[in-house]
Amino acid sequence: MKWISNIFREIFGLFVDDGSFALAILIWLTVLHWAVPYLRLAPAANAAIFFVGLALILAESALRYARSCHPKR
Amino acid sequence: MGVGWAHLGTSIVASFLASLVECVEALTVVLAVGSVRGWRSALFGSAAAVGVLLVIIATLGTALTHIPLPIIQLVVGTLLLLFGLRWLRKAILRSAGLIPLHDEQAAFAKNAEAMRHLGSGHTRWDKIAFAAAFNITMLEGTEVVFIVIAIGTGHTGMLLPASLGAVAALLVIVALGLILHRPLARIPENMLKFVVGVLLSAFGTFWVGEGMNLAWPGADWSILALIAAYLLLALTMIPLCRRQSQALHQAARIIR
Repeated sequence: MKWISNIFREIFGLFVDDGSFALAILIWLTVLHWAVPYLRLAPAANAAIFFVGLALILAESALRYARSCHPKR
Repeated sequence: MGVGWAHLGTSIVASFLASLVECVEALTVVLAVGSVRGWRSALFGSAAAVGVLLVIIATLGTALTHIPLPIIQLVVGTLLLLFGLRWLRKAILRSAGLIPLHDEQAAFAKNAEAMRHLGSGHTRWDKIAFAAAFNITMLEGTEVVFIVIAIGTGHTGMLLPASLGAVAALLVIVALGLILHRPLARIPENMLKFVVGVLLSAFGTFWVGEGMNLAWPGADWSILALIAAYLLLALTMIPLCRRQSQALHQAARIIR
């Protein structure tokens, strides 16, 4: 049975290595999916807001990691 | 027609480059196994794993085409987004010098050493060599399968082009492995991972947006705009992360 848990761990690892980063992405997708019908913006603006949110999540996560570790080279 | 090419071209390139990265990593271990314990079992192990992976692509790919496209785009797009942004984040940190670069020569030496310590090898049927080659090909291949399915099922008729991209990458790496018989250390693997992270993040963002019924300006051409935007963001983040890390450690040294 250990090999099954290994497979699941490998598959999980494909999508998540920093839990808070993955969680922030999922929360942003959920919030936007729920909010889009209520936002009275131009359709292209919704797409732009979606991308900007993802970009901010990525930037915050990378900078947070940079603050916590030593340079490797 | 132009819109089709924007989609088709980026799908094939993304699938090819992502598969190339995974195949290089698998090849390093298979070469280490083969050179230490013999080629017969190592090659059979890899071939068996490739066979299993092809069955998985055919089965899953066909099954997913029966699910409504918006649901596929939302679910597969979310997974692709998690996968792609995770890959891009690591590529940024690697380029900023905060995560060690992947070194195929070192990986080859480490795996070859591990194989030498696992008892005598050159028998007719070496179970250890077979299992090691099978495992690494399955492990790296699972990522290829996911990428092919994610890129291929997000839009009607894209599974074949995405599969062709992956098969082309496999053939290139197998040919290079047969010719060189050593790890492909000169392939700019870290740069490839950076580009793949950008491409997969752009695809994931596009699919999820489609699944949410967001209106992308310029329809499929938005994929190219997303690629450019993620590339710009990632290139901006590299010096920022490097400076952030160095500034904090200089401050810490002064305080001490």
